[in-house]
Amino acid sequence: MKSELTWQEFIITRAIKASGYSAIVFVALIFFFLLREGLPTLGEVPLTTLFSDRWYPIEDYFGILPLITGSLIVTVGAALVAIPFGIGTAIYIAEIAPRWMREILKPLVELLGGLPSVVLGFLGILVFSPWLRVFLDLPTGLTALTGSLLLGGIAVPTVVSVAEDALDTVPRAYREGAWALGATRWQTIWRVTLPAARSGVLTGVMLGVGRAIGETMAVMMVTGNAPVLALTPGSLFSPVRTMTATIAAEMGEVASGSVHYHTLFFIGMMLFLISLAVNVVASAVVFQSKKRAERILS
Amino acid sequence: MNRHLSQRLGFSLLTMVAVFTVVPIIGVIVYIFIQGSPAISWEFLTVAPRAGMREGGILPAIIGTFYLTIGTAIFSVPLGIAAAVYLSEYSADTRWTRLIRLAIINLAGIPSVVYGLFGLGLFVLFLNFGTSILSASLTLSIMTLPVIISTAEEALRAVPQAFRTVSISLGATRWQTIRRIVLPQALPGILTGVILGLERAAGETAPILFTGAAFFLPRLPGSVFDATMALPYHLFVISTQVPEMPIRIQYGTALVLLVFVLGMNLIATVIRSRARARRQW
Repeated sequence: MKSELTWQEFIITRAIKASGYSAIVFVALIFFFLLREGLPTLGEVPLTTLFSDRWYPIEDYFGILPLITGSLIVTVGAALVAIPFGIGTAIYIAEIAPRWMREILKPLVELLGGLPSVVLGFLGILVFSPWLRVFLDLPTGLTALTGSLLLGGIAVPTVVSVAEDALDTVPRAYREGAWALGATRWQTIWRVTLPAARSGVLTGVMLGVGRAIGETMAVMMVTGNAPVLALTPGSLFSPVRTMTATIAAEMGEVASGSVHYHTLFFIGMMLFLISLAVNVVASAVVFQSKKRAERILS
Repeated sequence: MNRHLSQRLGFSLLTMVAVFTVVPIIGVIVYIFIQGSPAISWEFLTVAPRAGMREGGILPAIIGTFYLTIGTAIFSVPLGIAAAVYLSEYSADTRWTRLIRLAIINLAGIPSVVYGLFGLGLFVLFLNFGTSILSASLTLSIMTLPVIISTAEEALRAVPQAFRTVSISLGATRWQTIRRIVLPQALPGILTGVILGLERAAGETAPILFTGAAFFLPRLPGSVFDATMALPYHLFVISTQVPEMPIRIQYGTALVLLVFVLGMNLIATVIRSRARARRQW
C-alpha cells in the first residue's frame, strides 16, 4: 500500500513538473517552426526585393516595406486612441468612481476584451466605416484611420486592466500623506499616485500596443487591404494593409513550400520577434520596479 | 480656490473619458441584439445554409464552434491546471521558474495569426493531421494555455497557507494535500479562468483560418480529422466574401456568436461571485 502510494505520487509529481515546463517548450516550438518555414525566404528572395516597396506576390514582388509601414501607421494611430482613453478610464475606475460604479465598470471593460474581434470588424464594415466616409468626406471608409480607431478600442481593455491594477496597489498611505499636506485629490493623483504606479501603467500601455500590432481579423476587415507604402500622416485616410492581415488573407491560397509561403512565415517570424521584444521589455520593467519597491521597504 | 476648480474640471474630463470608453461597448452589444434578433428562428438555429449561404440556417457553424471549444478544453484544461499547480505548489523562485513565467507572458502576447501559422506548420503539415478539428483545437489550446495557467495559479495561491500546513501535519503527502484540500478550495477560481480562456478561443478566427475552418460544408463533420465550419469564421466569410449576402443573416450570425461568448462570460461571473459570497477565508 505504502509503496504503491509513493509510486503514484512520484509519477504525478513528474507529470505536473513536465506540464510546468510546457510553456517554455511551446514558445521554443513556435519559434522553431517559424524559423524553419520562414528563413528559406532569405535564400529565395534577394534582400533588395524583400525590403522594397512593392508587394505583388503573383509576379514575385515580395517587398514587405508597405506591410511594415501599414502595421506601423495603424498601430501608432491605435496607441494615440488607447493610451489617453485607457489611462483615463483606469484613473477614473481606481481613484474617482464610487465603489458601486467600479463594480459595474470593471466587468464591462473586461467584457470588451472578450468580444470577438471578428464581430467588431463586422460592425466596422457595416456601420463604422460608412459613417466615417460620410463624416470625413473620403472616397472610401476602409482606411488606416478606421483600423486605428477600432484597434484603439480593442487595445483599451488591456491598458485599463493592467494600469488599474497598478494604481490599485499604490499604498493608501501615499495618498493620505499627500492629502494631509493639503493637496487636493486631483493633485494627489497626478503628483503622487500616478508617478508611484508609473511602471505598471507603462506595462499596460506596452501590452496594449502589443495587442494592437498582433490584431488580425478586425484590421483585415476595415483597413481596405491595399499594400501601399504609408509614410505620411495623410496615409491615415487611405487604405493600407498590415502584416497580420497579409498573412491571414493570403496563406489560405498559397502552395506549401513555395516562395510566397516562406515569405508569409517570414512575416510571422517578424511579428513573433516584435511581440517577444515587447513582452520581455514589459516584464523587465515590472521586475525592476519590484526590486525598487523591495529596496524601499528594507 | 483655483486648484479646486482644476480638480473639478479634471474629474469631469476623466468621467467623460470613462463614459466614452464604456458607452460604445454597451452600444455594440445592444445594437447587435436589436439588428440580429429578427433573424433568429428555430429554422435559423437548426438547419444548414442553403443557396450559397444566402438562405437557411447556421447549424454547422454552431456545432463546429461547440466542437472546437470542447476540443480546446480537452487539451488545455488538464495541461493548464497542472502547470498552475506546479508554479503555485512545487516550484521555488529559481531562474527556471522565472523563465517559465516569461514564456507564459510571451505566449499570451503572440499574435493570434502567428498561432495559425504555427498550427499550420506543426499540426497540419508536419504531423499530417490535415485541416481538421484536431489541428484547430490543438492550435487554440496552446493559445488558451497562458490564460488558464495564470488565472488558475492566482486561484491556487489565494488558498491560505494554513490549510496546507494542517493537512501535511496530519500525515497527508504533498499530492494528497493538493488533491483533497488545495484544488477543491481553488476550484471556483480555476473554473472562472478556464471559462474565460475558452470564451476567447470560441471567438477567435485567425488561429483556425488555415488549421481547421471550412468555408462551407453541407454536412456536419464526422470525425476529428474533418474540417469544420465555425461561427467566427462564418461571420467573416458572409460579411466579406459572399456578394449580395442578406444583412439579416449577417446580424443573426453575429448575434449567435455574441450570445455564445457573453453566455460563457456570464457563467464565469456568476461562479466567481457565488464563490466569493460562500468563501470562509
